Amino acid sequence: MGGFPILSLMLAVPLVGAIACLFLDAKPARHVALAATLINLGLGIVLWMNFEIGGDQWQFQEYHELFAGFAYALGIDGIALMLIMLSVFLMPICIGASWDAIQKRVGEYMAAFLFMEVLMIGVFAAQDLFLFYIFFEAGLIPMYLIIGIWGGDNRIYASYKFFLYTLLGSVLMLIAMFWMVNQAGTTYIPDLMMTDFAAEAQTWLWLAFFASFAVKMPMWPVHTWLPDAHVQAPTAGSVILAGVLLKLGGYGFIRFSLPMFPDASAQFVWLIWGFSMVAVVVTSLIALVQHDMKKLIAYSSVAHMGIVTVGLFAFNVQGLEGAMMIMLGHGLVSGALFLCVGVIYDRLHTREIDRYGGLSINMPAYATLFLLFTMASVGLPGTSNFVGEFLALAGIYQINSWVAFVCTTGIILGAAYMLYLYRRVCFGEQKNADAAAMPDLSMREYLLLGPIAAAVLWMGVYPESFLAPMREDIAWLDQRLAEAEPESDAHLTMTDAPAQEEVRTMTGDEMMEASLDGPPPAPPEGEAQ
Amino acid sequence: MSTSILIIVFAPLLAAIIAGLGNRKLGNTVAKSITTGGLFLACALSWPIFIGFLTGSETATVVPVMKWVESGAMSFDWALRVDTLTAVMLVVITTVSALVHLYSWGYMEEDPDQPRFFAYLSLFTFAMLMLVTADNLVQMFFGWEGVGLASYLLIGFWFKKPSANAAAIKAFVVNRVGDLGFMLGIFGTFLVFQTTSIPEILEMAPAMQGASTIGFLGMQFDTLTILCILLFVGAMGKSAQLGLHTWLPDAMEGPTPVSALIHAATMVTAGVFMVCRLSPMFEAAPAALMFVTFIGAATCIFAATVGMTQWDIKRVIAYSTCSQLGYMFFAAGVGAYGPAMFHLFTHAFFKALLFLGAGAVIHAMHHEQDMRYYGGLRKHIPLTFWAMMMGTLAITGVGIYDLHAGFAGFWSKDAIIEVAYAKGTGMAMFAFAMGVFAALLTSFYSWRLMFLTFWGKPRWIESEHIQHSVHKTPEEAGDDTTGGYHPHESPWVMLVPLGVLSIGAVFAGQVFAPYFLDSADFWAGSIAYNEHLMHAMHEVPHLVKYAAFIVMVLGFVGAWYAYIRKPSLPAETVKQLGPIHSFVYNKWYFDELYHYLFVVPAFWLGKVFWRKGDEGTINRFGPDGAAWVVMQGSAFAKKVQSGYLTSYALIMLIGLVAAVTWVLF
Repeated sequence: MGGFPILSLMLAVPLVGAIACLFLDAKPARHVALAATLINLGLGIVLWMNFEIGGDQWQFQEYHELFAGFAYALGIDGIALMLIMLSVFLMPICIGASWDAIQKRVGEYMAAFLFMEVLMIGVFAAQDLFLFYIFFEAGLIPMYLIIGIWGGDNRIYASYKFFLYTLLGSVLMLIAMFWMVNQAGTTYIPDLMMTDFAAEAQTWLWLAFFASFAVKMPMWPVHTWLPDAHVQAPTAGSVILAGVLLKLGGYGFIRFSLPMFPDASAQFVWLIWGFSMVAVVVTSLIALVQHDMKKLIAYSSVAHMGIVTVGLFAFNVQGLEGAMMIMLGHGLVSGALFLCVGVIYDRLHTREIDRYGGLSINMPAYATLFLLFTMASVGLPGTSNFVGEFLALAGIYQINSWVAFVCTTGIILGAAYMLYLYRRVCFGEQKNADAAAMPDLSMREYLLLGPIAAAVLWMGVYPESFLAPMREDIAWLDQRLAEAEPESDAHLTMTDAPAQEEVRTMTGDEMMEASLDGPPPAPPEGEAQ
Repeated sequence: MSTSILIIVFAPLLAAIIAGLGNRKLGNTVAKSITTGGLFLACALSWPIFIGFLTGSETATVVPVMKWVESGAMSFDWALRVDTLTAVMLVVITTVSALVHLYSWGYMEEDPDQPRFFAYLSLFTFAMLMLVTADNLVQMFFGWEGVGLASYLLIGFWFKKPSANAAAIKAFVVNRVGDLGFMLGIFGTFLVFQTTSIPEILEMAPAMQGASTIGFLGMQFDTLTILCILLFVGAMGKSAQLGLHTWLPDAMEGPTPVSALIHAATMVTAGVFMVCRLSPMFEAAPAALMFVTFIGAATCIFAATVGMTQWDIKRVIAYSTCSQLGYMFFAAGVGAYGPAMFHLFTHAFFKALLFLGAGAVIHAMHHEQDMRYYGGLRKHIPLTFWAMMMGTLAITGVGIYDLHAGFAGFWSKDAIIEVAYAKGTGMAMFAFAMGVFAALLTSFYSWRLMFLTFWGKPRWIESEHIQHSVHKTPEEAGDDTTGGYHPHESPWVMLVPLGVLSIGAVFAGQVFAPYFLDSADFWAGSIAYNEHLMHAMHEVPHLVKYAAFIVMVLGFVGAWYAYIRKPSLPAETVKQLGPIHSFVYNKWYFDELYHYLFVVPAFWLGKVFWRKGDEGTINRFGPDGAAWVVMQGSAFAKKVQSGYLTSYALIMLIGLVAAVTWVLF
């Protein structure tokens, strides 16, 4: 890209759009917002095309020192690239989902979304610690506004809860950041990632960052803001909340906690695993008994994020790559599921599951797409979430079979609550006349759900497109964590017991020669340990 | 061969996509023609491959398709593997699927949703083909879950019926319990061998026998034993083995062609296929094989007892399937993979035949499935009767040992019983005993089905379906127990598949026995072939060889006596047996047990965690508690609530100023 500041441009486009929207009427505001997000999607594709796989760790770098130490520093690695792609991909869909649903203060609404896009891209692109902090925390302000102004009946309570949780975490993280900068003498994230902090210091720093990331993730037991926020948020707000904002916590772990504090990460591994296991089992069971569609999907997100955190803290390549793939896949799938809820909410204005039923009859296309996303959420192979879940669980199995076992039960519970939801919404008799009269998807709704469906299948069948850019970065992180890796509980040991009666696959000719008393085969070498 | 295998696998997928997305726009005939055509094409290409392996002109090949996942040391691709084992499955799947597609033209004729049905059938076939052509465990898992999805969709095809929906979810979720084992098995295999490639695993596995241990859930196990058992748990789910079998009888809620294709001939045999595919690994884990033998033998006898007492014609056949799968598993468990695959092969023909025949009976009897309301159908639907007869003769294993002549089941089932005896270990003898006893029950319930359906006096008017059809109550009909109803023979599209499968049920054993049972060259290393055991199988005492024949005759005579000679006997026996009959009739109370053990607690726990945990504890002492403190403590609580945004921004600003100050000075 020859030094062209494409990342700055990607920040500038939605920013200009946001400012313009503030002064525009409803109709032009919608068009400006859509144009801005589509341009950014285009720029994102240019970014991806020009990202050199296997090239420098940090690409598209921009660095402008503002004042002592604090700099406007941007740059991305493969991990950030993928998350930026997720953001720019979902944004036009969010604008489209709000096209008719939002009728009050449209200009401000679109401005809030565009402003959020700026901040999200900023979070993933920032290379300066304090620049990151600004983007990271400010990203929530538009979200409050979206919930608090355009939300449901109980929006004040929901945004208050959202605020209270995140506030707690961010103050601690900020204090930790001061300390780190003071200690390392730099605010430059790539340098900080290679700084070895003293072991005791790591403990406290890790906990401070953990407070913030665990809330954003959200991990059990600091997850209770999420169901309320989702239920009260407008459809597009839920999409972006589930799609991108929930990935900030995971990104935080992979960018800060793990590389900067590897020893502390290993030290607190049971804290993470414990919370994750509880999240997978408990929130899945809670999802099973929900009556509100959005709440059900919100709880399922907490369960999925539990698998992300065990993947991140599996200390191996499969775990890390799996966690990243779940984040991407979940971003698409839960976003799509919230859109699916939005489609029928727009028609009937209720999220109550029992008010629907038999939608396969009057909305067959909707039922088909909803089924695809349901199956992706369940982690069916061939869809995006399978790749992530499979790798993450394979990763954690290598280090602890108990954690793997408990988290893998999530595939049973996930199937139970999602299919139970699908059955109540799409199958059965049409028991409500108004639900039975709902028309099938409109062209606009096809355009929202279709691209996500394609991406979900692409990611499931050929995930290499998404894994390849991240490979070097994950390998680097794995290397960085190698020293700290906790001991596996597999204890694979070779005993000297000779193999007994040998029966193996043989061709007919071999069979004739094979005698009963052949020499015992040599034990396999090394590779198993 | 590489082109034809690509067509075989992807033609059904393409057909499914076209029919599924085109749906009502394409219309019934086009959608049905495309899917059925795709399957007949796949079938036509599969047989030459199979014959190539029979004659030895084909050798095992792997056709790479596309990269799938590469993550560190873990790497697996989309690829199609064809060897003898796959070729056997190819002909079974494509033949039965093509015939079931054809049959469904007639069976589903009045259904308003035909393109969707045919799309699902073809989708299922694609997934099943991906399963059997897998070269690595993960692609096998892809097919495994794909057939699960198709099974879910087809069981719940009539989605307005609550019972069908419940059965569909049950099938998926119970299978997922098995998949938990399968997934952990794959993870463990990767941990030990650092690969998921099946040939690589099988190459390394034999040397591992008894040579290593591994920790799992805090305990130390023999490595291969625990891996094989975990993988086998997956097989138990898919193949409805004891403990994870509860979904199969309920799956009969799906349309009957589905039962024939998925829940008899193909999908449920995937577990057997998996054990055979991994046979060199299982051979190196004798303890796991004992477990397989035990589960197989136990399922074999359990399902047969339940099958004796059921009234629903499809449920009898479903339990029969469950029981026959038990035979295949204990055959694999004693190390006789050839006979296991042979029984899978012959069973596919005669069980699909029995199901499709039952479908023709149901079709003729106006959707009535209860055998108590059949009777005397022999004369009304003679072609269906003769097809069912072939199926019954095949499943009960009719054949004369000394003449080397018999129906399909005679060759495969007797081989299994003999090989279990030949193996001679304690567990094998248990399986032998169970196998012989189950053969008696098999004969009994099969002939019971035939006698109740085709012999005796018509009892049709008792059926609500028939009453509905003829608009009469039993009182109005008086002495005419047919109620004036005329069962009609099925159209030719349904009879042709019955005819073709009848040929299979009669000759499949006779023709292919020399290859499946006695030819190491035929298997060419695709399964673990134990020459000694297969030789010993032929050397068992005569009594063992005739055991299956004797119990088959006994079962026939028993059924004849109870349902033809003295029809009052069953009711009397039921009364005498009392609780024992209730226990068996209620399927050993597995459903009730699981309901109270898993389903009820799951919902109860969900509510407790939600109301008492999230809302009663975390929220109460967390955010709500904080709010309460604020409300109580300060007079300007309202101000805080409305001004939170600015206060938050303020804190951030203060923070930043502090940061800058810190750095600057």
